[in-house]
Amino acid sequence: MQLLGLYNYFVFATLLMVGLYCVLARTNIIKSLIGLSIFQSAVFLLYISMDKVDGGTAPIIPSDAPPDIIYANPLPQVLILTAIVVGISTTALGLAVAVRIREAYGTIEEDKIQEMDREQ
Amino acid sequence: MTLYDQLPALLIAVPLFTAPIAYLLRAHGLPWAAATAAVVMTFIISCSIAATVIGGETIVYEMGGWPAPYGIVLHIDALSALLAMLVTGSSAAALIFGAKSLADEVGEEIAPSFFAAWILCTAGLTGMVVTGDAFNIFVFMEISSLSTYILVSAGPDRRALVATYRYIVMGTIGATFYLIGVGFLYMSTGTLNTMDLAARLGDVTELRPVLVAAGFITVGLALKAAIFPLHSWMPNAYTFAPNVVTVFIAAASAKVSLYVMMRIDYAIFYKNIPNHELQLALLLAPMAILALFAGSMLAIYERNLKRLLAYSSVAQVGYIALGIAMSSVAGLTGAIVHMFNHGVIKGGMFMAVACLALRYRSVNIANLAGAGRAMPWTMAAFVIGGLGLIGVPLTPGFISKWYLVLGALEQGGFGAFLVMVILASSLLAVIYVWKVIEVAYFKEPRANAAPIEGEAPLVMLIPTWIVVLTGIWLGINSYVPVTLATLGAETLLGAR
Repeated sequence: MQLLGLYNYFVFATLLMVGLYCVLARTNIIKSLIGLSIFQSAVFLLYISMDKVDGGTAPIIPSDAPPDIIYANPLPQVLILTAIVVGISTTALGLAVAVRIREAYGTIEEDKIQEMDREQ
Repeated sequence: MTLYDQLPALLIAVPLFTAPIAYLLRAHGLPWAAATAAVVMTFIISCSIAATVIGGETIVYEMGGWPAPYGIVLHIDALSALLAMLVTGSSAAALIFGAKSLADEVGEEIAPSFFAAWILCTAGLTGMVVTGDAFNIFVFMEISSLSTYILVSAGPDRRALVATYRYIVMGTIGATFYLIGVGFLYMSTGTLNTMDLAARLGDVTELRPVLVAAGFITVGLALKAAIFPLHSWMPNAYTFAPNVVTVFIAAASAKVSLYVMMRIDYAIFYKNIPNHELQLALLLAPMAILALFAGSMLAIYERNLKRLLAYSSVAQVGYIALGIAMSSVAGLTGAIVHMFNHGVIKGGMFMAVACLALRYRSVNIANLAGAGRAMPWTMAAFVIGGLGLIGVPLTPGFISKWYLVLGALEQGGFGAFLVMVILASSLLAVIYVWKVIEVAYFKEPRANAAPIEGEAPLVMLIPTWIVVLTGIWLGINSYVPVTLATLGAETLLGAR
């Protein structure tokens, strides 16, 4: 039962490893960037999982709030909103660099780029 | 509330607000002027803050008036002040120096975005140094990293793009590791304020998540600081970035990650995880010793002058990591002083390289034959910087190595080995510095080589020499960095 309770954290660890493997094992720049994106998403899941409070609702005060209402912790949600923005910027910047690499080298395969650099 | 009380906030606010303005200025030279004005102003602010904290005071500034655990505070002690001076000072010096070199390398059409990125990078690095909030450090880290990627990609060679891409991948992995660690810390304590974290971790009974956090944070920051063998992004990023960008990032950016590592590992984990100093030493000391030898050896066999200096930075980061691993006041003082001094030395050397690159159109060492006669002032600046890397007395490198050796001697039998390592690595530095000197002073230029226009323009030479003379002054009178570093080391270890 305890293992099932940690379901989110297993998914977090799996996604983290999938992402990291994808970044390191792929020579195609776009595929590496996809891996990097998965790697970052794993962390979003970690933060979102930790803000869950048993029976907690969204942290917005309703007009007819009962006195014993429980809210989820809003802070990790706020933090991860920031981290999502950072993730988007990183991916966007990475893709922009990928476009310029394609313009300059005519390929986005890292091994081919390395070959071309060695010949230079 | 006087303006003086608001200085810590202005340290970040001034560059953050100037960045969009610089982006909007489209006239020739104006973006550069705006960037320089903003950065020089932050440098003056950080000097005035340093003058306050050198007496042992700590400035705590509540952002927006929200008190500590609820709002974000800026927490400036001696260590942060010293690093803030290094970051803003090197940024200002590089910009003032770089007007001509940048006009040469960075096109007119991308100048506004380039200088906006430069200001943001300065703001991010300064923010990392002064903030007292673990998550805020991540935000500023990403502001500085994203803008550094842009600066590096502005390099004239197409290989700059590949170097940027590697840097993005490695930098993001490092920052994400840090973020995971902060997540685990928040899970265990429910707070993000560094002071509050240090206090509340004492009550945490289940230490496993905290250990995991320590692992993720330390390795992530080691990746960002380019400690061997996690340095793979660094040599190419330094080599293919525009010369002036290299001056700035070589002097400041890796140092700030090392600062965060010290801050988190000592101020938070050291007191709360049993045997943390041993864990840190077992991780960092082997990496540092490898860095000292591998970095220097790679530098010895390198033919490109910029990459030679980048590999030398790998070795110099090793000295700093070694000081961090010692977990004693002397060792940490050495590490902190070396962060500052190495910034001054490497900044000056990369400035000299930028002067050479302007005239020779190449930074291959073989092409620099006769540079000692053609550009005597530039080469003299380079040689003085090189002596600093070796650690000759009267140069700043000597002061920091002196403290590192003192720290090593406190470690007993293993310390004697560390002293040998430090001395051996300094000897290797003699070899790679001599390699450049030999070509520049004692080789005749090839007969068919194009004649050199002569010395670099004064607008570049004067800032270079100001930095070099600052270095010499720090080698003779090291009161400011050593006092701030000792205070910082004592605070980190909780000795006061």
